[in-house]
Amino acid sequence: MIYCIFAYNLDVDIMAYTEEELKKNLETQEYEYGFYTDIDAETFPVGLNEKIIRKISEKKKEPKWMTEWRLESYEAWKEMEEPDWSSLKYEKPNFQNISYYSAPKQKPNLKSLDEVDPELLKTFNKLGISIDEQKRLSGVAMDVVVDSVSVATSFKDTLSEKGIIFCSISDAIKDHPELVRKYIGTVVPQKDNYYAALNSAVFSDGSFCYIPKGVKCPMELSTYFRINQAGTGQFERTLLIADKESYVSYLEGCTAPSRDENQLHAAVVELIALDDAEIKYSTVQNWYPGDKKGRGGVYNFVTKRGICHDRAKISWTQVETGSAVTWKYPSCILKGNDSIGEFYSIAVTNNFQQADTGTKMIHLGKNTKSTIISKGICAGKSQGSYRGLVKISPRADNARNFSQCDSLLMGNNCGAHTYPYIEAQNKTAQIEHEATTSKIGEDQIFYCNQRGIDTEKAIALIVNGFSAEILNKLPMEFAVEAKKLLEISLEGSVG
Amino acid sequence: MDFKEKLLDSHLAFEQDVDLLHPIHDYRKKALKRFESDGFPTKSDELWKYTSLASIIQKDYHLSPTSESNIELKDVKKYFLNDIDSFKLVFVDGIFSPFLSKTTHDGMDICVLSAAISKSKYKKTIKKYFNKVVPENESLSSLNTSYTREGAYIFIPKNMEPEDPIQILHFSTGAQKSIWLQPRNLIVMEANSNVQIIERHQSLSDHKVVTNSVTEIYADSNSHVDYYKIQNDLLTSSLIDNTFISQEKDSNVSVHTFSLGGQLTRNNLRFYHKGSNISSTLKGLTILEAKQHVDHNTLVHHAKPNCESHQDYKGIFSDSSVGVFNGRIIVEREAQKTNAFQQNNNILTTDKSKINTKPQLEIFADDVKCSHGCTIGQLDKQALFYLNSRGIPEKEARALLTYGFANNVLESVKIPNLNKRIKKLIAYKLGVNLGFDL
Repeated sequence: MIYCIFAYNLDVDIMAYTEEELKKNLETQEYEYGFYTDIDAETFPVGLNEKIIRKISEKKKEPKWMTEWRLESYEAWKEMEEPDWSSLKYEKPNFQNISYYSAPKQKPNLKSLDEVDPELLKTFNKLGISIDEQKRLSGVAMDVVVDSVSVATSFKDTLSEKGIIFCSISDAIKDHPELVRKYIGTVVPQKDNYYAALNSAVFSDGSFCYIPKGVKCPMELSTYFRINQAGTGQFERTLLIADKESYVSYLEGCTAPSRDENQLHAAVVELIALDDAEIKYSTVQNWYPGDKKGRGGVYNFVTKRGICHDRAKISWTQVETGSAVTWKYPSCILKGNDSIGEFYSIAVTNNFQQADTGTKMIHLGKNTKSTIISKGICAGKSQGSYRGLVKISPRADNARNFSQCDSLLMGNNCGAHTYPYIEAQNKTAQIEHEATTSKIGEDQIFYCNQRGIDTEKAIALIVNGFSAEILNKLPMEFAVEAKKLLEISLEGSVG
Repeated sequence: MDFKEKLLDSHLAFEQDVDLLHPIHDYRKKALKRFESDGFPTKSDELWKYTSLASIIQKDYHLSPTSESNIELKDVKKYFLNDIDSFKLVFVDGIFSPFLSKTTHDGMDICVLSAAISKSKYKKTIKKYFNKVVPENESLSSLNTSYTREGAYIFIPKNMEPEDPIQILHFSTGAQKSIWLQPRNLIVMEANSNVQIIERHQSLSDHKVVTNSVTEIYADSNSHVDYYKIQNDLLTSSLIDNTFISQEKDSNVSVHTFSLGGQLTRNNLRFYHKGSNISSTLKGLTILEAKQHVDHNTLVHHAKPNCESHQDYKGIFSDSSVGVFNGRIIVEREAQKTNAFQQNNNILTTDKSKINTKPQLEIFADDVKCSHGCTIGQLDKQALFYLNSRGIPEKEARALLTYGFANNVLESVKIPNLNKRIKKLIAYKLGVNLGFDL
């Protein structure tokens, strides 16, 4: 099952742990998905220049406008400077030392899974993904992206009956250029920020999804990312369009093999929810976080943004447990009247991990609503930050926002920070923001003890309560496994 | 010539009037260099994201009055707290006015900084405390340091307590069309001492005045400081208030800021903890109209265990006024058992009013209770209707609800006269006359 990718040590009964053991276990727990598959991959020489971009474009048989679009982005990127306003400390990646294209060599025109490189299939099996099983059991259609190139797409037929387009963005550029051209870069412009510009120039693949008017997507769509090749950056681009009155729930899972050097991941996700549409976007991110000493790990610099038209709704849910450095702010532009934006997040950091994450809710339309629930759990020597913006523009009458950011700290070497920006320019706005930081209170534990629940169970219980609000937002299939994963991670984080 | 250059150039003239051999002159020179390289803060500076000084510093200001201006007691009497024969330090256009003031050297020193600098018996205290808690990276404080000459000097020795509150009053007369004032206050509290201080800046005519003030407060163990800032100036004056507080163990410092007037007001209020069991209180009430702009920028740096801090800022904004609140709490790894609380509530009453708020927590210790809350909304329509339906007119009903909203801040004002005075100011500001005490 796909979910196993982020579930480590699941077979251990957590209740059997003592707090100390849990802590120890968490500290020594090595990354279980840190294996490297020897797939015959085609990798470009390192470095970034106009030639490389043209070559990527050519390789992907892209139309001319796409090549031009990439080059425009590259020109813009050259002029930009790497941002340094976050409280993150990391070694800046050398962009000339990265290979911008790495694709598993494929036989042309794959018709069935049998034709896929057997090594690649083994990778999936190691990860616990059987695409066949996937098809049979769960009804989740997957678009698997290994090192940025979409390898296998399942359930295409079932989806296409409904008129749903779910394919790699490369195919979309070829097969549905009018849609891609109309929407790409409209939510995250090429020059939006340093990493978005870089992604726009060099994105190698990603997913594309279009839900036609009035269609409710019958299954959860899922993309799964994995960085495989050493020295490659993962630059995928996701474009998801929900036409009027449609609904889609989209899942995204990520892992990477463990390596000593830092790998870069700079993705761009654009969501477009037209009138009355609803998009539910869930992420479980479990990139390689680096080892106990803070070596290696993935830099996760992602731009995610959605735009809501009239009465549309976008809901972001994220469970962030991996990456050495996470820098991401899934945002909603509430452009239409009566539109709704939601953000639910759990970020768990351990060892030397750093997570700077949050959201932006830009209220432009009337009667717009947004909810932000962010939970941070920090252990080891990690640092977790919530950084968010709630902006009510002068014309956004009756805007409503509720934000809550809670942090749990474990140990004396970690830090939890909150940087909420709230800008209100309309008197009818109603905004609440709340944040708390604490460890689990002795009185809380005492309360449980007094009622016959031992300390370990009490901690599990409290932590479960702490995170339940977010986990419940995940689609059923994800929630069960994510809950187990988090229980273990969270268990070690408090005490 | 832009104003920054003028400030740098004029320093030479300033130096002719001060004792260049005094140890604090080194601080002046160093601070001037720092200001020269840092310049005025701009909006790209994260701490100044929502407040621009451009409108202020575009103009040209006199840096010192060209002639001494005499003001009569009757002109300013209304700004004194009635019926209190308290210690007063009155400055007119930046120059100390002995005639309007009441100082003492009896058991404690309540006098002016220029005297403390010039007399050798204060040298030790000045050396020990001057400029020790002012962060180097705040350019406006550096600017103030470089022009240090006059201000309040308060030294309360062990176990002492002045009978009455001390008032620090700064008047500007308008003898110059525009003036840039830089008072510098130093307040040193020894162990077990107690003090109440009221500070006010007031211009007496509608000329341009900008005050860039720095106040340093040292609170030794178990001392108590109650500091009240009344900012109800005319719409032509602006204030940049930098207050830095260093607290030793068991001390208790509270600062209340009432921002009701002024064109642009910026409050940089910083608390630094040096011992355990400290309590810090920061409260603010902001009621703005017209095009006023008030920015509260606070920092509580928890560095030691078992300390508490409480922040409570309320704001009501009408017309095209803009409010900014940026509260920072830092809890160091050592500061276990910290209890830090931060609350910011705002009411917008008009379409053009704005509020930008950023309550910020940076926490490195695990056994802490830290929370912040922030709300933006309007007066409760149902509550208004309730009052209306009981015969209370709209305006009074609004005022009543506003009082209720602000009461948290008012109830901890420990000087009864001051409490009454502030309530009157609020009533006046809201345009009502409530015939009862709340």
